[in-house]
Amino acid sequence: MAVVVPLEHVLALAGVLFLMGLAGVLVRRNVMFLLMSLEVMMNAAGLAFIAAGARWGAPDGQIMFMLILALAAAEVAVALGLVLQLSRRFETLDVDVASEMSG
Amino acid sequence: MSNLLVFWLPALVAVVATFGVVVHANASRALVYLVVSLLAVAVVFFVLGAPFAAALEVVVYAGAIVVLFLFVVMMLNLGRSSVLRERRWLKPGMWVLPGILAFVLLGVMVNVLFGSTANTKGELVGPRAVGGALFGPYLLAVELAGFLLLAALVGAYHLGRRYLEERRQGDPDQG
Repeated sequence: MAVVVPLEHVLALAGVLFLMGLAGVLVRRNVMFLLMSLEVMMNAAGLAFIAAGARWGAPDGQIMFMLILALAAAEVAVALGLVLQLSRRFETLDVDVASEMSG
Repeated sequence: MSNLLVFWLPALVAVVATFGVVVHANASRALVYLVVSLLAVAVVFFVLGAPFAAALEVVVYAGAIVVLFLFVVMMLNLGRSSVLRERRWLKPGMWVLPGILAFVLLGVMVNVLFGSTANTKGELVGPRAVGGALFGPYLLAVELAGFLLLAALVGAYHLGRRYLEERRQGDPDQG
């Protein structure tokens, strides 16, 4: 049982969530919080896809959401490995210390 | 009107919980806020007629991904000192410019959006339809997602194994 909602309300919600995540990515220095904000942004993008799927009553939006889910899982797995390396090498979670490439 | 309430209540919960994720200084509490936000978004998916996506949101996002975050927070052993350092890093003035930029973008988007009269259909798109499309026209995308997950698995194993080995060498008791 689904509900008829104006599409722009759902897209506005997705926009609000996405921009909160964006502000978090811009402001935070701790890499853990950076990754959490990235998760929020990807989730908002998935919400926009679901809304578009619900607009036409088509399954394509949910499939795009599942692909975003796979992307988020892959990103988190690699990024958390990098977080462990960062905390071991620099003894901190500040992303600014890892700004130089030294081979 | 009650239709909109069913949508806006979880939406409000999602926005408040996401705000908690973005501003909180304690990593594990921010993760709990993230779980609440994801569950609220799952309710929104359900309201929009996507029950399979709602279930996946709970199982994969709130279940697997956030638990992965929680494992790493536990491994890094973040205590009171990290909360204090986080408060030192997060000066209130830092929020001004990113907040203004984000709100300008939001204002432009809302201005473009409102004025259209499109509604969602209010139809339930069940797992059968999703699965049929997933293994029909989208089969190639599924294969590519499989490649992506395999690459992530190998990469995460490589990065994490080096971390564990060097930790073990540093601490002979654990060998």
